[in-house]
Amino acid sequence: MMTSPALLLILGAAGVPLLRGGRLRQALILSLPVAGLVMLWLLPEGTSASFALFGLELTPVRVDALSRLFATGFLVAALLTSVYALHLRDSLQQAVILAYAGTAVGGALAGDLLTLFVFWELAGLSSAFLIWAGRTERSYRAGMRYLVAQLISGLLLLAGTALRVQEGHGLEFSYLGLNGPGDALILAGVGLKCAFPLLHAWLTDTYPEATVVGTVALSPFTTKLAVYVLARGFPGTEMLIWVGVVMTVFPIFYAVIENDLRRVLAYSMINQLGFMVAGVGIGGALGVNGASAHAVADMVFKSLLFMAMGAVLLRTGTVKGSELGGLYKSMPQTTVLCMIGAASISAFPLFSGFATKSLIMEAVGQEHRTVVWLLLLFASAGVFHHAGIKIPYFAFFAHDRGFRVPEAPLNMRVAMTMAAVLCVGIGVAPNLFYELLPHTMDYAPYTAPHVINQLQLLLLASMAFTLLVRTGLYPPELRSVNLDADAVYRRALPAGWNALTRTVPRLRRTVGTPLGHCATALWDTTVRSSVNGRVIAPWSTHSMVWWAVLLLGGVLLLALL
Amino acid sequence: MNDEHPNEFHQDDDRRWLDDPRNVTRIVYGLALLCLLALAADIFYTKHPHFSVEHWPGFYAVYGFTGSVGLVLAAKGLRRWLRRDEDYYEPPERDESVEELPGRNRDDD
Repeated sequence: MMTSPALLLILGAAGVPLLRGGRLRQALILSLPVAGLVMLWLLPEGTSASFALFGLELTPVRVDALSRLFATGFLVAALLTSVYALHLRDSLQQAVILAYAGTAVGGALAGDLLTLFVFWELAGLSSAFLIWAGRTERSYRAGMRYLVAQLISGLLLLAGTALRVQEGHGLEFSYLGLNGPGDALILAGVGLKCAFPLLHAWLTDTYPEATVVGTVALSPFTTKLAVYVLARGFPGTEMLIWVGVVMTVFPIFYAVIENDLRRVLAYSMINQLGFMVAGVGIGGALGVNGASAHAVADMVFKSLLFMAMGAVLLRTGTVKGSELGGLYKSMPQTTVLCMIGAASISAFPLFSGFATKSLIMEAVGQEHRTVVWLLLLFASAGVFHHAGIKIPYFAFFAHDRGFRVPEAPLNMRVAMTMAAVLCVGIGVAPNLFYELLPHTMDYAPYTAPHVINQLQLLLLASMAFTLLVRTGLYPPELRSVNLDADAVYRRALPAGWNALTRTVPRLRRTVGTPLGHCATALWDTTVRSSVNGRVIAPWSTHSMVWWAVLLLGGVLLLALL
Repeated sequence: MNDEHPNEFHQDDDRRWLDDPRNVTRIVYGLALLCLLALAADIFYTKHPHFSVEHWPGFYAVYGFTGSVGLVLAAKGLRRWLRRDEDYYEPPERDESVEELPGRNRDDD
C-alpha cells in the first residue's frame, strides 16, 4: 500500500483527542509533523503506484521538486502551528490543525485532479472547525460563510475536472493551461481559494474571526495550496500577471485604514499572494521559482505575524489598533519576534522576503514589463507600510494604552522563535533555500545595486510614515469596519431577499387580487357563452378516468426520463 | 509615544527610554541620516537596470517616498466612502466592554 505523509497526519490527528494525558498528547502532536517530514524526504521522486477507479487513472502520490517544496513548507508550518497550539486544553483544535495540514500536504502531492479535489474539499471542511472553535454565534456564522466559499471553490474544481475528462484529457494533473471551459472552471475554483480580486472577500471576512490559534493555522495552508495548483497548472498565463498586480495593489489601501490588526494581516496576505500569482503569470524558471519560494517564505513569516497578533489577542483580549499601544513594555520578546516577521514580509535585506520576492521582481524585469514592475514596486512599499510598520507600531509602540500583561506563553514564544530563525535563515543563506526550488537558475540576490535600491525604497517609505505620523496627517486608528466585497453577501443579498419577500405579498394584494377577479369574470363569461354550457355540465366518469390516466402517465413518463 | 501621566501606572512601572519625547526625536533624526546615507550610496555602484527609470538618480528613494505618501493620503480619502460603524454587519460579541479587558490598568484619555 502506498505511503503518504498526508495519511500519516490525518490518521494521526484522529488519535489526538483520544490521548487524555497532557504530555503524551503533546508528544504525539509534535512528532506527527516531524515524522511526516522524514517520510516525505524518504519518498523517491516519481509517482506511486496508480490504480484505476471507474475507468479513471488515479495517482495519489507524486513527488517531484515542486510538490516536495510545497509539502515541506506545509509540514514545517504544521510543526510551527502545533508548537504554538501546545498550551491549549482544546484537543479539537489541535487535532484539526494536524488533519488540515495533512489535507494540504495531500493536495500538494496529488498526481491527479480527483485526488486533488478530495483533499481540496477536506481542507475546506476541516479548517472551518478552526473558526467554529470560537464557539460563539458570531464565529458560527463566520464559519458558515467560510465553508460556503470553500465548497463553491471545490464544486468549480470538480465541474472543471469533469469537463476535462469529458473532453478526453483524462485526470492527469500537470500543465493545464487556459484552453477550454473545463480549465476556466478549474481556474475560477482555484482563484476563489487564492483570493482573486472580488473573490477575496471570504478571506478578509472570516480569517480574523477564528480563534487565537485558528487564524495562525488558517494562514499557511489553503491559499498556498491554491498557489501550488496555479504554479503547476497555469504557469505563463498572461491573465494571471494582471490579476496578481491588482491583488498586490488594492489591499494595501484597505490595510492602511483597517482597525483590526489581524484583518490588516489578512489584507497583506492577499497582497503577498498577488506577488505569487504575478510570478506564476510571468512563468518560466524564474517566475515559477519566485512564486513557489515566496509562497513557502510567506507560510513562515505570515504565520509569525499572526502568531504575534494572536499572543496580543490572548493577553489583552483585543487586536484593534484603536485599543492597543505601548505593549513593548509588557511583551518585549513578542515585540522583537513580531518585528522580525515584519522585516521579512517587507523584504528587508537579510530577511526571507528579500531573497524570495526579488526572484519575482527579477522575472518581471527580465520580461521588461514596465507598468507591472512599477505597480509591484509600489505594492512593495505599501506592504512595508502596513505590515512592516503599522502592525508593530500600533500594537507595541504608539500611544501607551496602559496594558500591563504577562509575556506570551512559553510555547508560543518558542514557536515564534522557530519561525523567526527560519525567516533569518532563508534571508542570510538564500542559496541553501534555492536548492529546493523546482527549476535550476542563476540568480544572486545580494548584489550592491539590489541591496542599496531596496534600502532606499524601504528607508524612504519609513521616513514617509514617520513624517505623516508626526505631522498628524496619518489616518488615526478608529473603531470601524470598511466596506469591501463581503458587503455583497452580508448586506446587499440579504437586503435584496428581504425586499423581495416584502414586495411579493404586497404585489399579490395590490395587483394579484384585482387580476384574479378579472380572470374569474372572464372565465365565467367564456363558460356561459360556450355551446349549451358544455364545460360546466357534469362530466361522465368514463372521460374523467381517461383524463386521470393521461395525467398520471405523463407524470410517470417525466419522472422516468 | 510619550506619556504624560506616568504616576497613574503601577509603582514598579518605570519610565522607559522611549517615553522621553526627546529620544523619539533622536530616532527620527537617526532615520533621516540613514535615508541620506542610502541616497548617497547611489554614487558608489554601477547600475545594471532592466528599465530606463532606474537610471534616474535616487529613483527608488523618490518612488518609495511619494508612493507611500500617496498611498496613505489616498486611503485616508477612501475612508470617507468606506467607513461604517463597527456593528454595521452584526453586533459586537467579544469586546463590548473594552474597559474591562484583562491587564488594563487605567482607562485612556
